[in-house]
Amino acid sequence: MKQDTIAAIATPMMSSGIGIVRISGEAAFSIIEEIFRPKNSEKQMTVQPSYSIHYGTIYDGNEMLDEVLVLLMRGPHSYTAEDVAEIDCHGGVFLLRRILETVLKNGARIAEPGEFTKRAFLNGRIDLSQAEAVMDVIQAKNQMALKTSVSQLKGSLSSKVKDFREKILYETAFLEAALDDPEHMSLDGYGERLFKVLEEFLKETKDLLSAFENGRMVKEGIKTVILGKPNAGKSSLLNALLGEERAIVTDIAGTTRDVLEEQLSLSGIYLKLLDTAGIRKTEDLVEQIGVSRAKEQAETADLILYVVDGSCRLDESDEEILKLLEGKKAIVLLNKSDLETIVTEEELKSQTFHPVIAISAKEREGFQKLEEKLCELFFQGGISFDEELILTNVRHKEALEDAEKSLLLVRDSILAGMPEDFYTIDLMGAYTSLGRILGEDLGEDLVEEIFGKFCTGK
Amino acid sequence: MKTEAVYEETCQVVVVGAGHAGCEAALACARLGLDTILFTMSIDSIALMPCNPNIGGTSKGHLVREIDALGGEMGKNIDRTFIQSKMLNASKGPAVHSLRAQADKAAYSCSMRQVLENTDHLAIVQGEVTEILTEGRQVTGVKTYSGALYSARAVILCTGTYLRARCIYGSVSNATGPNGLQAANHLTDSLKALGISMYRFKTGTPARIDRRSIDFSKMEEQLGDERVIPFSFTTDPESVQKEQVSCWLTYTNERTHEIIRKNLDRSPLYSGVIEGTGPRYCPSIEDKVVRFADKSRHQVFIEPEGLSTNEMYVGGMSSSLPEDVQHQMYSSVAGLEHVRIVRNAYAIEYDCIDPRQLLPTLELRKISGLFSGGQFNGSSGYEEAAAQGLLAGINAAMKLLGKEQIILDRSQAYLGVLVDDLVTKENREPYRMMTSRAEYRLLLRQDNADLRLTKLGYQVGLISEERYQELLKKERQIAEEIKRVEHMNLGTSSQVQEVLIQAGSTPLTSGSTLAELIRRPELSYELLAPLDPERPVLARGVAEQVNIHIKYEGYIRRQEKQVEQFKKLEQKRIPADLSYEEVPSLRTEARQKLELYRPVSIGQASRISGVSPADVSVLLVYLESRRRGVTGKELGEAQ
Repeated sequence: MKQDTIAAIATPMMSSGIGIVRISGEAAFSIIEEIFRPKNSEKQMTVQPSYSIHYGTIYDGNEMLDEVLVLLMRGPHSYTAEDVAEIDCHGGVFLLRRILETVLKNGARIAEPGEFTKRAFLNGRIDLSQAEAVMDVIQAKNQMALKTSVSQLKGSLSSKVKDFREKILYETAFLEAALDDPEHMSLDGYGERLFKVLEEFLKETKDLLSAFENGRMVKEGIKTVILGKPNAGKSSLLNALLGEERAIVTDIAGTTRDVLEEQLSLSGIYLKLLDTAGIRKTEDLVEQIGVSRAKEQAETADLILYVVDGSCRLDESDEEILKLLEGKKAIVLLNKSDLETIVTEEELKSQTFHPVIAISAKEREGFQKLEEKLCELFFQGGISFDEELILTNVRHKEALEDAEKSLLLVRDSILAGMPEDFYTIDLMGAYTSLGRILGEDLGEDLVEEIFGKFCTGK
Repeated sequence: MKTEAVYEETCQVVVVGAGHAGCEAALACARLGLDTILFTMSIDSIALMPCNPNIGGTSKGHLVREIDALGGEMGKNIDRTFIQSKMLNASKGPAVHSLRAQADKAAYSCSMRQVLENTDHLAIVQGEVTEILTEGRQVTGVKTYSGALYSARAVILCTGTYLRARCIYGSVSNATGPNGLQAANHLTDSLKALGISMYRFKTGTPARIDRRSIDFSKMEEQLGDERVIPFSFTTDPESVQKEQVSCWLTYTNERTHEIIRKNLDRSPLYSGVIEGTGPRYCPSIEDKVVRFADKSRHQVFIEPEGLSTNEMYVGGMSSSLPEDVQHQMYSSVAGLEHVRIVRNAYAIEYDCIDPRQLLPTLELRKISGLFSGGQFNGSSGYEEAAAQGLLAGINAAMKLLGKEQIILDRSQAYLGVLVDDLVTKENREPYRMMTSRAEYRLLLRQDNADLRLTKLGYQVGLISEERYQELLKKERQIAEEIKRVEHMNLGTSSQVQEVLIQAGSTPLTSGSTLAELIRRPELSYELLAPLDPERPVLARGVAEQVNIHIKYEGYIRRQEKQVEQFKKLEQKRIPADLSYEEVPSLRTEARQKLELYRPVSIGQASRISGVSPADVSVLLVYLESRRRGVTGKELGEAQ
């Protein structure tokens, strides 16, 4: 049976030097042909034999993404029994995602959770004894994806998508009501009106897409906790990081009165920054609560930024913090490099295995290094996090892009002078795509809207 | 204990009710050679139109065309008895063009009755069916109020609005069917005893008024089309070019609304006397005034009920307000100042089934051989009823003849959409067809109903060999002409440019095919005839298809692709004996919903609200493992 072509990241997005993007379906080879430039440029990928491996580079248009190995398997002798291509690239979530997006742009769609396994089973590649396990996997993965999809959307964004969707539905319902009851409702001049509305819609899609690009779409990022003694410069570090032009931020009200949460995107990596109360021994009850909360946060952090006051001697509080760092991903920041420092990089390095970077939060020095270190940890898989998070983002983006395509088709229909009933086909397409972001299907929305908003009938 | 029946008779099919569904059902069975008895409460109410005096309209016109393409009667009958005809949405795309004709109600009924009376194997019996007889899970016949027994292997229920019907306006509540006809008060109990769950729905109709009391000078005249297009593909277009009557348009006003608002407390709807669920798409005038309070006026269409009567239908003003309020309200409308009401407006309540108990063949899942159609299935409208009646009739006949029953899917016909919606979705009000419900409407046009369905009608046995051959010829001619037009090249000769300029189009800068020019919005196949000396003489219907195909090719192709995807899931059948308890990993909600609806295909399962895509995947994997398990051989190979 003919199937459309699906793609996904096949390796767990954790600590590994290599990642795999897998493509399955009849367009698998032609997509590779499109985005892969083999070392031997004469090679035509679509005619290469099964089980062959090719060395070259992946391009998104003219932009080079990575040096990769491509493995081709022709159906039925592949995992899914369809044509399968695997791109082995350098690990690192950012890169994997970019390559996956490029594959999607060239004709694949993102696989539903568990879809490779499903296809493998339906095509007879997994034996019957595992059927039940296959069903479990599909259901579990989908449940997880749905949960992530909805929970990852920030409240403000999900209501934005919802509002946008409602506007599209209204226009569609108006058109449909008028088509259903032409003697009650006229469509004279409607095309021009819709054309203007479409400009707004398209702008709205663009805004949402760019919100997605810079990470504002996502509530969760890498949970990054800033630790340090009071006055070590944690807050100035936070402000300095946020003050950078490329660091785009939205406020999320602190979950607790003493932990301030901020969102930040550095080189495409989303950080959820938590500034904590300074850690020290104290008699003050309120401060004690703050300290213990800071410690709790540190325990669940994906990454800890430990700010050391270079102008003060290390004391027992620092020892305590260094203990918290054990077994965690962390970067030690030796702050106040602009002042005369008492603590040296060497001293710190003797106390911890974590990387140490000298910075000045006040003068904004050493940030370049911090960012590089961050990318290093991130791309080399030093930081592990939920893979569904990344896939969810790709799914959201795919849905938005599909909506945009549909809206452009509506515009084409108007420009081509098509009758009004043609507009609604793609308007509903956009509506359906946006629904994927919210995890909502079509149902009876349109009919409800027609009856609810327009007075028609005998 | 067996009591002696007053009378006994054996036939093959019993149809209960001779409304629009019952007539089609009975005709289909009898025409396929099965001895059929059609029961009606009153011979005088065969094919009665108790509400609006027209057939067709948006999406309903499509249904009539489909009925005709499958070999039904409605299209032919309205072609014989219409008094005005209009193609609605003619300025829009071909998918939403919809034919609507005003009927001479009495003539319509009479003509249908003659057809029934002259059909072999068909007998009409006046009487009330009170009981469905069964043995085990198989229907065996019916019993009438008088105690007569009629044995049959299939029974088709088309009871319309008659089951425990109640007509209501103001504080008046009559236990009658429409138009004061006798209600059927016993059958519901028999159905409930068989374990069939019932709904109570409501609908309504406006007043009929005396033509002589209307001042038409205050209204806008609504004429029919200059050239009438018949409903039936078999009607000679020349035979329907005749003199037409007019309809009239007027409006309610603030005073009308004021009268209604002042008397709302006397409406049985607002006081709670009416329990049934009414349709939102044909709201009563009091509903419109309440729900759309910002509108200062509503349209009112005054339509003739026939040529042999002075009664006029007041479209847009159905109501269940008390009689005195109705008089005030109608006479507040421009042109109706001196109105004489002949029949009051009323609301009607009736029993129908929860259609989720049906298979998409329109057979009840619980009882083999028991079929149903029309308002009994929770729909509304003459056309929806007739279409279901035809399908139920065809499938009852197929069952008795030992042939495969037909299921129409959403990509084949509006009738497919209608039935799928009824059996797959929760309907809390009478269901009305709408073009927006058909996701593949670009393919489901009224102009191509024959190309979509006549082959099926032929296979079933309701379409003659001659008509079938005509269809094949039409198909061939369309294909050949499209090919010719696509390959015909035009240069930039002065003749070409002149024709283009005359048609309001831009001249060519380089050569083009004829097809490319047809795609321009301002041009068409017909308009470009002067540039096409080789053009063969083709029937209007053929030329129309060629034009549409070429003009909307891109869109049509896109929908065809979607249909391809859709069909994949639709063709994956789910065995009727599947126990969802045994499918692992289904979520509880999905399990319950699947058990309730018992979908026949994966496609249908995927449309049930509460069944997620993951549940569908799980189901697919389960069916595959079951299939492999059943053969057993592959299981051995796999291990």
